[in-house]
Amino acid sequence: MKDLLLIIVPIAGAGVAACWPDNRSRPWLLPVVAAVHCVLSFWLLISPPEVSPRAWLGFDALARAVLPAVSLLFLVCAVYGVSYLQVRKERPNRVFVACLLAVLGILSAGHQARHLGLLWIATEAVTLAAVPLLHFNATPRAFEATWKYLLVGGTGIALSLLGSFCLGYASLHGGGTGDLTFTALTAQGASLSRPWLLIAWVLLLVGYGTKMGLAPMHTWKPDAYGEAPGIVGAVLAGGVTTVAFTAILRVRAVVSAAGQAAIADRTLLAIGLFSMLVAALMLLGTRDFKRMLAYSSVEHMGILSVGAALGGAGVWAALFHVWANGLTKGALFMSAGNIRRAAGGRTMDEVRGMSTLTPYSAGIFVAGMFAVTALPPFGPFFSELRVVRAAFESSHGLAAAMFLGCLLLAFFGLTRLVFAIVDGRPRTASRSIGKRFPETVGVILPPLTLLGLSLWLGLATPTVLHDAWSAVVTQFHPGK
Amino acid sequence: MTEWMNLLIGVAMALNLLALGSGRLPTIIGAMSIQGVALGVMPLVLGEYPDWRVMLVAVATVAGKGLLIPALLRRAMRAAHIDREVEPLIGFVPSLLLGAGGTIAAVALARLLPLLPEHSGSLLVPGSLASVLTGFVLLIGRTKAISQVCGYLILENGIYLFGLLLIHSTPLLVEAGILLDVTVGVFIIGIIVDRIQRAFDSLDTRKLTTLRE
Repeated sequence: MKDLLLIIVPIAGAGVAACWPDNRSRPWLLPVVAAVHCVLSFWLLISPPEVSPRAWLGFDALARAVLPAVSLLFLVCAVYGVSYLQVRKERPNRVFVACLLAVLGILSAGHQARHLGLLWIATEAVTLAAVPLLHFNATPRAFEATWKYLLVGGTGIALSLLGSFCLGYASLHGGGTGDLTFTALTAQGASLSRPWLLIAWVLLLVGYGTKMGLAPMHTWKPDAYGEAPGIVGAVLAGGVTTVAFTAILRVRAVVSAAGQAAIADRTLLAIGLFSMLVAALMLLGTRDFKRMLAYSSVEHMGILSVGAALGGAGVWAALFHVWANGLTKGALFMSAGNIRRAAGGRTMDEVRGMSTLTPYSAGIFVAGMFAVTALPPFGPFFSELRVVRAAFESSHGLAAAMFLGCLLLAFFGLTRLVFAIVDGRPRTASRSIGKRFPETVGVILPPLTLLGLSLWLGLATPTVLHDAWSAVVTQFHPGK
Repeated sequence: MTEWMNLLIGVAMALNLLALGSGRLPTIIGAMSIQGVALGVMPLVLGEYPDWRVMLVAVATVAGKGLLIPALLRRAMRAAHIDREVEPLIGFVPSLLLGAGGTIAAVALARLLPLLPEHSGSLLVPGSLASVLTGFVLLIGRTKAISQVCGYLILENGIYLFGLLLIHSTPLLVEAGILLDVTVGVFIIGIIVDRIQRAFDSLDTRKLTTLRE
């Protein structure tokens, strides 16, 4: 029942938000609903329910390993959202609040979906629900970003539906009865028709890879993250992309059960390393610090994909990285939003000297940048270290070398841009704008909390999380 | 049964080529509308005794793809006061050649794939692949937002054709969800087309170039 409440509570909250008359008090619905959701998901993390194998929806091992991270990130974003929407009083927030809560509900459904069709419906719904969020600022640039997001994302989602059909036909051709739950598909195993299965894998990888933002299907990401409010970027980067990642993990388990794990792992490794390389090169070139976060997100999606390709230990590291990256990236998105507002610009040509104008946000931004480029003792350091270890253990030495090379390039790109913004003397234009957006507790505390959580995740990863990740590994890589 | 089915798929494939070769938006939208009706009739022809779930899919498809979406597209076109000429990035003759080549390749590819005996004589798989390819050519090769939406629709139609292979085995939820999402997706795209017009006073996606490295 609690697993269904994870979906019902946010959707009901979205309904209430849509009817709520007052623009000033409406944003408070965000933290209230998010807190209920967070309590429920951590309750389920600590005492996982029994999931019937034939169920279409359920808080299974994979949902348990990932959904609490999304819930925690969303709660902090929701708290930040109250202060953010107070700063942006001039914009009506009815649609924004309702859609943000709907996104949380649909994400919970997507993470718990154990049925191929249901998973697709959730992904499609979350794509559509995010459209008004991207469009919140209503500038021509936001229009452009939303159009590209919908066209690229819509094509990706269409291809993943075609892939789902192909997988369904593979099952039908192999004597299946049309039961498209992942349990049934995995149980069918080797009797799935091989050509249809491989076509399905390619289409699903391209389709869900587009939602995840793997290169070369990442083109919507810089535009969308660059134009959307900071919390929307954080929720997209830490929540929506993880649904696509878990979808790929679930499909990979089916392909693996059919005896084609080697092909699946090779494609995941190649596309992951390619994403990291493209992102690292773009990071060296970009001058816009919000687009920088998008490329950094592409890089980290590449890391997840590489991790998923490296067997049991790699999947464990990738799940660890989902937590570490989501929480750290959230801190970066929020502090970047603060800096962007106070500076009145978004590129290193327009913005400098932010350490004097917004000292706290600039400090969090720099610390978050070091955390996300894997400085110990933050969470991403340990998760990426485990990916590298998994690569060496599974004798992928060359892949590990490329992985480390891309991390180094990304580090150069990120430091170049971040210090150009933080250091120096602020421009006179920024001085006057900066006074209008003072650094209140409401916009400083949430990113600081996320940074603290990332540190805590690195220094003292709770055993319950270890257990949750190991449960996924025993399910998806039995016998290791 | 299969003959009628193949005839309808043939009509849909011919309409794909018409959409590729046409220089006027109303013609393309009209082709979309006829294709939508043809797709909607298919589930009725497909089975011996169509049950109520199949009927529902058929009615929803004719209403959605055949009537509602073309009407929305026409409305968006009128509201935006755009001229009716299509401005191609890939010219009409190359588009047609790509479409025809894609159709032949789709037929050849479909022969290589293993099919269940009841689907072996059907054009569903080649028709589906050809439509997906046509959709991509239009998505990439046309500059106006509405013709890109038409390309996306043809892509969706191709996927729908493939879904017909599974209509008797997949539960209702999947089918209903698909139709709903397709309609809602195009609806929102329509709204955005409207907004783009207000922001740029043109529907030329070539002007959407502020955001780039």
